[in-house]
Amino acid sequence: MAYLVLIGTRKGLFTARSDDRAHWSVDGPVKLDDDGFTAVAEIYAAACDPATGRVLIGADTFFGPSIWHSDDHAATWSEPQNTPMAFPQDLPYRPLDFSETAGIDQPDSDKTNTVKRIWQLAFGPGDRVWAGVEPTSLWTSDDGGQTFTFNQALWDHPQHTTWASGAGGPAVHTIVPDPTDPDTLTVAISSGGIYQTHDDGKTWTGITQGITVDYGPDEAPESGQCIHKVTRDAAGTLFTQSHGPAYRATRPDGGWTNISATLPSNFGFAIVAHPTRPGTVMAWPVGESMDRTPPDHRIGAWRTTDNGETWTPWGTGLPEEPYYGTVMRDGACTDAAADDPGWYFGTRCGDVWTADDSTGEWRLIAAHLPDVLCVRAMETP
Amino acid sequence: MGAIDVKLPAALASECGGARHLTVDLPPGATLADVLDQIDARHPRLGRRLRDEAGHLRRYVNIYIGDDESRRLQGLATPVDGHDLQILPSIAGGA
Repeated sequence: MAYLVLIGTRKGLFTARSDDRAHWSVDGPVKLDDDGFTAVAEIYAAACDPATGRVLIGADTFFGPSIWHSDDHAATWSEPQNTPMAFPQDLPYRPLDFSETAGIDQPDSDKTNTVKRIWQLAFGPGDRVWAGVEPTSLWTSDDGGQTFTFNQALWDHPQHTTWASGAGGPAVHTIVPDPTDPDTLTVAISSGGIYQTHDDGKTWTGITQGITVDYGPDEAPESGQCIHKVTRDAAGTLFTQSHGPAYRATRPDGGWTNISATLPSNFGFAIVAHPTRPGTVMAWPVGESMDRTPPDHRIGAWRTTDNGETWTPWGTGLPEEPYYGTVMRDGACTDAAADDPGWYFGTRCGDVWTADDSTGEWRLIAAHLPDVLCVRAMETP
Repeated sequence: MGAIDVKLPAALASECGGARHLTVDLPPGATLADVLDQIDARHPRLGRRLRDEAGHLRRYVNIYIGDDESRRLQGLATPVDGHDLQILPSIAGGA
């Protein structure tokens, strides 16, 4: 088998290819469009569908956001002629932030709901694709990511008044499909919380209760928490890295268990479940809210094999010297290879590593890229 | 009113098959929005590069009507009045 890695950065998409995960060929910045302006686009969202080979890229360009797709493993790219997503123009305007709600105008606000940024793309069964967007909204495509429909039910959730803008902007930034149930989907919002549907997006339930905060008036709010990432393991258990501790929920309606006791910090973004081993999860901790560098300035992944009860540093081969770049919320993934999954992560210093699950030997794929915003990988023929 | 010329930046030329100029026929009293509506109809991908789904000019897109930038006039409601247009993206790549 071969491997394809999509690396979204602050200045364009890079690709990496390998036959053995040891030797890599890196290309980029990729010109998704014929004129080449996407080579300086911010790439927050990438998605791979191993079943069809299709890959999707959400690019935020200075001519607006759009979605490109490739059906030849990122060799050539296409973009729909018509806009892939557009807010209903009869939708009442929703302010982007509490300050705007209070009447403080935001720069460049035109008081209309428009797609500002594509934060997340995720494949579901069949031709289904979901998109998480700023301002905080979820979109559904049933033609493989060509055209998207706005999910009104999540937008209208009564708890939306507790949602606000994180530093990156108000967005649905995480979409977690359930491979056993196409009607079930979990999404996360910063700041806002975690929401789940069991009827294909017709109704949504907030499931964030039990995740505590130290930055608000209420330590245990029903919603409004700043959730950084959610991942689902092979048994269906959800793990989340919040703007604070990491948590586990075997059944979301049963509450969340703090699993940060043996992590080196109570902060981080990226957390990724093992594709086949229940209870095995990787996390890339960050020092703290006010110190956005790796704990002790050592870049590294931490791993649990017991549902987060204990975490230990995992792997060899990462820099021993001080390292200051962190891993963003979508900066880590697996390729879900059946025999021996590969792990991948990229940092804000522009370095990207991979390790085989069987060895834990981290190898550098690329160095000194623009800061890495997202990493996605898959096996290719 | 007749036909006017719309000059495109190189960064958007491929949306018109590489052409740097579009000719747009306009009725009397046509505004900048009318020009962009025609571009939308003929080249929808170019149209959405210029305006968002609410119809607002994108932040880094500047359109000159004759010698004046449209935001300093009446924006999209500015009568074109026979002037040629030039679309100029901001130099906004950052670091």
